[in-house]
Amino acid sequence: MKQFLAFVRKEFYHVFRDRKTLLLLFGLPIAQIILFGFALTNEIKNTPIVICNYANDPISHQITDKLGAGDHFIVQKQLLSHQEIETVFRKGKVKLIVVFPPNFQYDLYHQNQAQIQLIADASDPNIATTITNYATRIIMDYQQGLSPSKDVPYSINTETRMIYNPELKGTTNFVPGVMALVLLLICVLMTSVSIVKEKESGTMEILLVSPFNPIMVIFSKAVPYLVISLANLVIILLLSVFLLGMPVNGSITLLFAVSALLIITALSMGLLISNVADSQQSAMLISLMGMLLPTMIFTGFMFPIENMPWPLQLISNLVPSKWYYIIVKSVMIKGLGFEDIWQESLILMGMTAFLLVLSIKKFKPRLS
Amino acid sequence: MADVLLENISKTYEKGSIKAVKDISFAVNQGELFGLIGPDGAGKTSLFRIMTTLILPDKGHASVNGLDIIKDYRQIRQKVGYMPGKFSLYQDLSVLENLSFFATVFNTSIEENYDLIKDIYIQIEPFRNRRAGKLSGGMKQKLALCCALIHRPTVLFLDEPTTGVDTVSRKEFWEMLHRLKQEGITILVSTPYMDEANQCERIALIQSGELMSIDTPKNITSQYPKPLFSIKASNMGKLLKDLRKNPLIDSCFSFGEYHHITFKKEKQEGVLVKQLEQLNHGQVTIQGIEPSIEDCFINLMNR
Amino acid sequence: MNENIVIKTEKLTKKFGDFIATNEISFEVYEGEIFGFLGANGAGKTTAMRMLCGLSIPSSGNATVAGFDVYRETEKIKKHIGYMSQKFSLYEDLTTLENIQFFGGIYGLPEKTIKEKSKELIYQLGMESEAHKLVASLPLGWKQKLAFSVAIIHEPKIVFLDEPTGGVDPVTRRQFWDLIYDAADRGITVFVTTHYMDEAEYCNRISMMVDGYIKALDSPINLKKQYQAQTMDEVFYELARGAQRKSD
Repeated sequence: MKQFLAFVRKEFYHVFRDRKTLLLLFGLPIAQIILFGFALTNEIKNTPIVICNYANDPISHQITDKLGAGDHFIVQKQLLSHQEIETVFRKGKVKLIVVFPPNFQYDLYHQNQAQIQLIADASDPNIATTITNYATRIIMDYQQGLSPSKDVPYSINTETRMIYNPELKGTTNFVPGVMALVLLLICVLMTSVSIVKEKESGTMEILLVSPFNPIMVIFSKAVPYLVISLANLVIILLLSVFLLGMPVNGSITLLFAVSALLIITALSMGLLISNVADSQQSAMLISLMGMLLPTMIFTGFMFPIENMPWPLQLISNLVPSKWYYIIVKSVMIKGLGFEDIWQESLILMGMTAFLLVLSIKKFKPRLS
Repeated sequence: MADVLLENISKTYEKGSIKAVKDISFAVNQGELFGLIGPDGAGKTSLFRIMTTLILPDKGHASVNGLDIIKDYRQIRQKVGYMPGKFSLYQDLSVLENLSFFATVFNTSIEENYDLIKDIYIQIEPFRNRRAGKLSGGMKQKLALCCALIHRPTVLFLDEPTTGVDTVSRKEFWEMLHRLKQEGITILVSTPYMDEANQCERIALIQSGELMSIDTPKNITSQYPKPLFSIKASNMGKLLKDLRKNPLIDSCFSFGEYHHITFKKEKQEGVLVKQLEQLNHGQVTIQGIEPSIEDCFINLMNR
Repeated sequence: MNENIVIKTEKLTKKFGDFIATNEISFEVYEGEIFGFLGANGAGKTTAMRMLCGLSIPSSGNATVAGFDVYRETEKIKKHIGYMSQKFSLYEDLTTLENIQFFGGIYGLPEKTIKEKSKELIYQLGMESEAHKLVASLPLGWKQKLAFSVAIIHEPKIVFLDEPTGGVDPVTRRQFWDLIYDAADRGITVFVTTHYMDEAEYCNRISMMVDGYIKALDSPINLKKQYQAQTMDEVFYELARGAQRKSD
């Protein structure tokens, strides 16, 4: 028993003297609780919606007010044609459009029933379902209040249309996120570990003391992972299309181009990490904690970014995979072309270029 | 002409708390076989890394082949051969694959400089398809040497190439170095083994980051300050204890079969033997000997 | 050194598949002896030592260490021996004192004994000002001396030393051997391997392993006579030269 305690005491010494790991052991749970407890939520609040009120009568106005009353929706009143509706959805900010037909109140009073159309952006089926449920509830609530004493109650029917993903497949949400995760995981983790391994085994020393430009050493390490990542991309796409029934409505070339961009970003990040990591273990830790966790949280496929407190939303803008995710969803599910995603693409390109230059500059041609 | 020149080189680690190299200066002449002799922690590896441009010194200048280690590091890296400790090889590549790889990295081929490595490579050729990780220490040593030579460097830096290798391979290795010297390559070798010092033309004795002495092995041993004696008796353990207590003795260290001693005053050998016999030591034999490098090293350490 | 046998092996063998690392070695080691266990890399030394330390079960043959059987009583063996190697001796991120206390606890010494021994040890080594420093900050030679003292803190019957003086400066090396002599005087048998041939001279008897066999076993004086050599270095060279086994 005494021996056991002796070991335990020694292990405590080891743990508490390793400052970096200690930081992670305490810092990470705290960060996680704060994030998951306060910041991340699956509830939807303050979602911008557009109401096209062709009826322009008291009841439709009352319903409109009610929709905007709580904290679920931020209402914008606009009359949109079909093309304009499409454009609004392409922009991506508005997730729901409510359309009141011209004779709404008249139909309600004379036929005891009328229709409201709900058009939702189902590229994220969870959000779409939740929003339409909110809207429907609010409308039903109003309906109740309308006719408490009549014999034949009024009925307001909501006709829901899900755009981009009529079958509400969850995969559409998930697959682009998984793509980002896989590409990042392989490239960041494996690149950084591979470079550090070379340093640990001592062969890096010999390579440095040679005419070979050491940067080439790094690039040569990146190439297998680049190829493997692209191969993985193909496999994931094939599986999601044929096994999971995922749509690919846009250009595959664009998809691969953007993926290549993310890969280069990830490889640069791997290179940066290898500069500061002194052992394979710490390279792995930094890659996982520093890369994977933020990616999972801030890409937007697990937790909608729009619902995070604004400081976190700002942070999410710094995460390359967030932009990748938007682009991929737009291209794959919405079938959009380069004209629609050029802004996000530019941002991603900028990040890639920045990280690449930074990683090359930070690379030391000497041992530290 | 000095092929390698160091002037007032200092290096510290951990924000100055570890002083690895303290103001060291020396020069190695072209074509010389030069040894850096000292135990672990003496600063040998730090010096080698500075000379091969892998790390920057805190203070001082150095040049290799007339090129500055700070400004001209890229050119130096094209011309020197380096074999770091632990014979850094790719463990999962075969002997041949390792060799071709390093040849390519240096823009050459195995054939081009084969004559240089032939004598060495022949010994490992039967194992050319074996993974480097599965070779014995002696074989790894030979392979690492070939990889460092493959581009015909002007200066060869070998950091502890004989550490952890058996006696037979060590001897063979030095024979290979002597043959290489005839090719006109300047060779710097570091080793903790004092007996290897005699294999070099000139040596530097290093301890705790400081240069204790630099000269030919002969000159160093001839500078040993006092006459040295070896002494033996039937009970060496007791002899050592008694010698250390004896007021006639200046220094006393065990050297295998004998103890090496120096006296405080001259011509005290006879007196000592009598004293020891009175303490019941049997079969006491004492004779004057030439000091070895190790004797000199110990003497310098204690100064 | 007396006549009690502390290690006895009879045709001790270890095979790894087809490869016979240690081939039917038989020898005896006496109490209080300084026994040098020499051999080239790959000769089978490490394998043999691991079996004697209770770390590896032999393929065939018999052996007893401190009176305990290497097949069935490995745990008892471990309690009665000390071990130190060049590669690992102490925990670098613990202080001198913490290391002593830890290993004292591991060897099952009572609290009071550990306290006393710690003081004694630190005083003997002259490391009072280093007691609370991390071992990582100590020079190599001091680490090795400390490691040896810690390895015998529980006064084991036998202490196994695997190349304990590799890379250490010549003065510290000799100080280390002073410690070995002290231990042997106290009755602790020292089983040591080394690459320094002058250290082979300090041993009472030497065994040389080549290609898995024990090719020679005798006192240094007798071995030099037998091989007509001036030094143990020459003896070693003679014996190792013909070795077939060039791979580990």
